Amino acid sequence: MPEESLPHLEVRRLGRVPYGEALTLQEELVARRRAGEIPDQLLLLEHPPVITLGTSSRTHHVLLSSQALADRGIELFKVGRGGDVTYHGPGQLVGYPILALDPDRRDLHRYLRDLEETLIRALGAFGISGAREPGLTGVWVPEGKVAAIGVRVSSGWITSHGFALNVQPDLTHFQAIVPCGIHDRPVTSMGALLGRPLEVEEVVPGVVRAFQEVFRRKADVV
Amino acid sequence: MARIEVPMPQMGESIAEGTVSRWLKQVGDAVQRDEPLLEISTDKVDAEIPSPSGGVLVEIRVQEGATVEVGTVVAFVDTDATASAAPAPAAEPLASAPESPPPAPTMALVLELPPQPVDSESSSPAGGGDTAEERLRTRSTPVVRKIAQEAGVDLAEVAGSGHAGRVTKQDILGYIEAGRGKGAAPSEPPPPKTPALSSPPAPPPAASPGAPSDLWKAFYGQVQHPEFPVRPADRVEPMDKIRRLTAEHMVMAKRVAPHVHSFIEIDFTRVDQLRIAHKARWAQQGAKVSFTAFVAWACSRVLREFPTVNGTISGNNLLYRGNVNVGIAVDLDPGLIVPVIHDADELGLVGIAKRIADLADRARTRRLNPEEIQGATFSITNPGMLGTLVGMPIIPKGTSAILGTGVIEKRVVVVEDSLTGADAIAIRKRSLFSLGYDHRIVDGADAARFLARLKEVMESFPEDA
Repeated sequence: MPEESLPHLEVRRLGRVPYGEALTLQEELVARRRAGEIPDQLLLLEHPPVITLGTSSRTHHVLLSSQALADRGIELFKVGRGGDVTYHGPGQLVGYPILALDPDRRDLHRYLRDLEETLIRALGAFGISGAREPGLTGVWVPEGKVAAIGVRVSSGWITSHGFALNVQPDLTHFQAIVPCGIHDRPVTSMGALLGRPLEVEEVVPGVVRAFQEVFRRKADVV
Repeated sequence: MARIEVPMPQMGESIAEGTVSRWLKQVGDAVQRDEPLLEISTDKVDAEIPSPSGGVLVEIRVQEGATVEVGTVVAFVDTDATASAAPAPAAEPLASAPESPPPAPTMALVLELPPQPVDSESSSPAGGGDTAEERLRTRSTPVVRKIAQEAGVDLAEVAGSGHAGRVTKQDILGYIEAGRGKGAAPSEPPPPKTPALSSPPAPPPAASPGAPSDLWKAFYGQVQHPEFPVRPADRVEPMDKIRRLTAEHMVMAKRVAPHVHSFIEIDFTRVDQLRIAHKARWAQQGAKVSFTAFVAWACSRVLREFPTVNGTISGNNLLYRGNVNVGIAVDLDPGLIVPVIHDADELGLVGIAKRIADLADRARTRRLNPEEIQGATFSITNPGMLGTLVGMPIIPKGTSAILGTGVIEKRVVVVEDSLTGADAIAIRKRSLFSLGYDHRIVDGADAARFLARLKEVMESFPEDA
């Protein structure tokens, strides 16, 4: 397919956005995407420290009291996406694709695998061999989990929520939770794997490129 | 009237079931075509399910938290109830379903469901285009594939009775139980949803001396908990993982092992004296030695003398454990977990006390490692902690006995004066202990001897333990 004929994808670089605001924005964009007012979107951003609970979350996977979380400046949110407990914070590239899934890709597992593929390709550009773990959605390296995924599909096969790639977050913040309810597997980051400081900015182009390839979209960065 | 079924949609080829996470409409609510009716969740994904038609939601069949197979009817929408209402909004592009059935029905197809009732016995259209082999490979849940893998069964050998020829958990378990050579009868209907405990005596685990862990694995997921009607003021909450495992474990443990309980009363005078005498010394060692630590120490020593109590029945064999690993029930309120003191018989009293404190602390903060809740050969539970006289605990799977300790309280007892030999009335700290044991392997007299020996050790507790 010639590149010109690929559907457009608006990539929005939003910087650091509080979780609640990003949530509202996604809801609005989902409605507008469903109504056909906008093309597919890929929101790229970072969150201030926040712990989110998916619909299948167990509160005991949050290991600190709400007071202790507040003391550390970590917010707590309960949200309508799949998955268990997740931490987001600075140094983590968060991606929220608002896509109308193509008819041949209306398969929830296919969508999860496509997101994993995107991140695996993006990591590959840095010489990191990310992999899938059967039954454990996300992207893994032998040292642990490097990217988390949790998505929502709304009426009309419109996606929201998405992925969180650990570029170089404060890994000690993850100690406040049992990530995704998985006790015995640590969390790691690209910076830790590469052994050098890494900015979120450096990772964005690779993620956008991989996203275009996997989802067959032509990106306009707005 | 046009009562339209709302089935659990197929949200992906490898997705065989979904959990109803939230009803967005309640019975009696008007809904428009394509308006979100409910939310379902599968691993890592939440999805909204739109109403297949405009009308009124007249029945909810599947409550929040329940997991059902694809194709199961979750609700009914009555289209006549709003027949005079405004026409349904134009369908979204996705409603233009392909002419021929795709390999798996998608949400698009759900929207296109014909308004006539669907025969609820027949499954949704079988996948066109797939070979049977592909179906078997792709259309089974991870659970089924895991069971098959662990039992060394090729799924292609198992005929599927599920949606689109999929191999269900019942299919694979039935196949394994029937012995793979003979082949299971996949066309058999799944077991009726009857209360596990009221069903006729369950057949004992297959007599073949298979790996015991596989047998137990096969039990999981077989327990059908009966359902009860929900009344208006009730609250329905799905079981979390600990509760589900506990529920299955309790049903299966009670079903497999014939339980008998015997009781003995223990005098705690000696233990109390030791606690007071050594309290300061133990504190210097950083230990607080609880009554439970004394009981665990005593059990670990006595267990070595009673191999059947420290063993289990496995297939047609008696399995005597080579280690003494004592599980200690820890109340999580809600929930319970049983961390294990491995090789308790090699630890001194203070060592056991420290281990219990550490395990209990990490149990409450959910920081136990998986191996720390596995491998118990005997268990202790302490209902007396909350004042209960004593309990009759269920024997954990793979073991043959559990000790329940009752409240320790001052009681009036008749004692013999050691000098004069005359009877006298005294006030003593005492507690009732109950031993729950698997009567297949532990005879009543063995249990009595075990309890008598435990009493002897507790009442003449060694100074240097």
